Amino acid sequence: MKTRSELSRRRFFGRALGAAGAVALSGCDALSQTQWFPKILASGEALSRTVQHLIAPRRAMAQEFGEADLSPGFRSNGTSKPDNPQYQALAAASFAQYRLEVGGLVEKPASLSLAELRTLPSRTQITRHDCVEGWSAIGKWKGARLAALLEQVRPRPEARFVMFYCADPMERDGTNLYYESIDMEDAFHPQTLLAYELNGVALPIQNGAPVRLRVERQLGYKHAKYVMRIELVDSFAKIAGGKGGYWEDQGYEWWAGI
Amino acid sequence: MPPSDVMPAPAAARAGSYLYYRHSLPVRVMHWINVIALTILFLSGLNIFSAHPALYWGKSSYTGKGPIFQIAAVEAGEDEVVGVTRIFGREFDTTEVLGAATDAEGDVVARIFPGWLTLPSDRWLSMARRWHFFFAWVFVINGLAYLAYSIASRHLGRDLAPSATDWRSIGRSIVDHLRFKHPTGEAAKRYNVLQKLAYLAVIFILLPLVVMMGFAMSPWLDTLIPGWVDFFGGRQSARTIHFIVAWLLVAFVLVHVFEVIVSGFWNHLRSMITGRYRVNAEVRK
Repeated sequence: MKTRSELSRRRFFGRALGAAGAVALSGCDALSQTQWFPKILASGEALSRTVQHLIAPRRAMAQEFGEADLSPGFRSNGTSKPDNPQYQALAAASFAQYRLEVGGLVEKPASLSLAELRTLPSRTQITRHDCVEGWSAIGKWKGARLAALLEQVRPRPEARFVMFYCADPMERDGTNLYYESIDMEDAFHPQTLLAYELNGVALPIQNGAPVRLRVERQLGYKHAKYVMRIELVDSFAKIAGGKGGYWEDQGYEWWAGI
Repeated sequence: MPPSDVMPAPAAARAGSYLYYRHSLPVRVMHWINVIALTILFLSGLNIFSAHPALYWGKSSYTGKGPIFQIAAVEAGEDEVVGVTRIFGREFDTTEVLGAATDAEGDVVARIFPGWLTLPSDRWLSMARRWHFFFAWVFVINGLAYLAYSIASRHLGRDLAPSATDWRSIGRSIVDHLRFKHPTGEAAKRYNVLQKLAYLAVIFILLPLVVMMGFAMSPWLDTLIPGWVDFFGGRQSARTIHFIVAWLLVAFVLVHVFEVIVSGFWNHLRSMITGRYRVNAEVRK
């Protein structure tokens, strides 16, 4: 037999439990909006980065696939046609006037045409592109090894990051150009390419023509499309939003190995 | 406090019953940390899934075959959205539950899962990832601590590993569960065989699998042993398994809580908070 007070106590606890759940959930939403709490949460990703660097060798290679694994029609995501008159003029002339500017903390700044980029040591690889959203696609990329280009321009010892400035505006009014950055470890990785071919043909505009970055051990948003200028820096704290990339400035992690 | 069979019973206690120290402090603490971590992992995981609410089988999402599971908001005429769920090519209208639901203003809008089932409640991929990866560490460290403790304290060998008697009583245990009949007296102090098997399956199969499939989605960890992800059918298959195992864990929790309710909710809840479980003396005939 259960007494009345016992039953009402149980009802009270039941309701308290439901109310606590609702409070906890809205509490989590409120915490997400604060300045300090997401920083604590971000420590989890910093730990992931440290541990992943400890267990995966620096030069570990991303998995490569066979022709049979190629995704039919490599998906275009983000910008598929940059709303930028200068870019459109270049595209209209098949990028004959395109020049990739390389500068910043280097001994020998350079400016390369597409033809000159094609003379650099290249690599062809069939790799999987993992989008942060959860989908993936497999494509065959050919491009100049970024390491070969860097050896030509000779990074100064204080250079720590490679910045990629792109042609695609992220705002409707044509401002906020896409940009990204990687560290020197990824920059000199053998699979890191300035890709100019996809699946055996010149890189299509929807996939980042004339040149896009391939940095195979990281998520898709690191693979900057429409690369116009490369700059070596010792810090990106004063560039744009200060987080090292367009999506990083929106709250995504700079290190995207997970 | 050392485990002991006989505890001084309060004056008002029912005759012939006594409190038994059932769950040690480390187990209790790790149990509740696990409750919090798994809840947040599940809710933030559903938010992450909402960024691309489709599951595939294979090495990539675009293999020439369509998704095996998909939740979508489909335009149906002017200003109208319908929630659609597709499973192996079959299509179901799931408006109000999955794909689309009525918002605060009374309009039907695209919404993959109800807001109370995701963390944050609105679609916010970057924030959901922060929650997910922080509590993934909480969960993994807590899980490793539990494993180490369970082996060192012999909790695993003594309380969880089924004995020969357990294996022989498996048929009766199934019948007992179906009839909601639960052990009383001394037998109530131990886990029954189905309970042991369920816990072992969760600890040694489901939880390691869901973590491994999380690893398989990381492009950096994929480089550890090139091609290891293909063992599970490829990266997108791993994502599908991650999702399925997450729901299997939810199914486990539902059964677990159901069993707790039908076999003495307050007694079990107290034993997982204070450690003490009331054992009623066996009724002798």
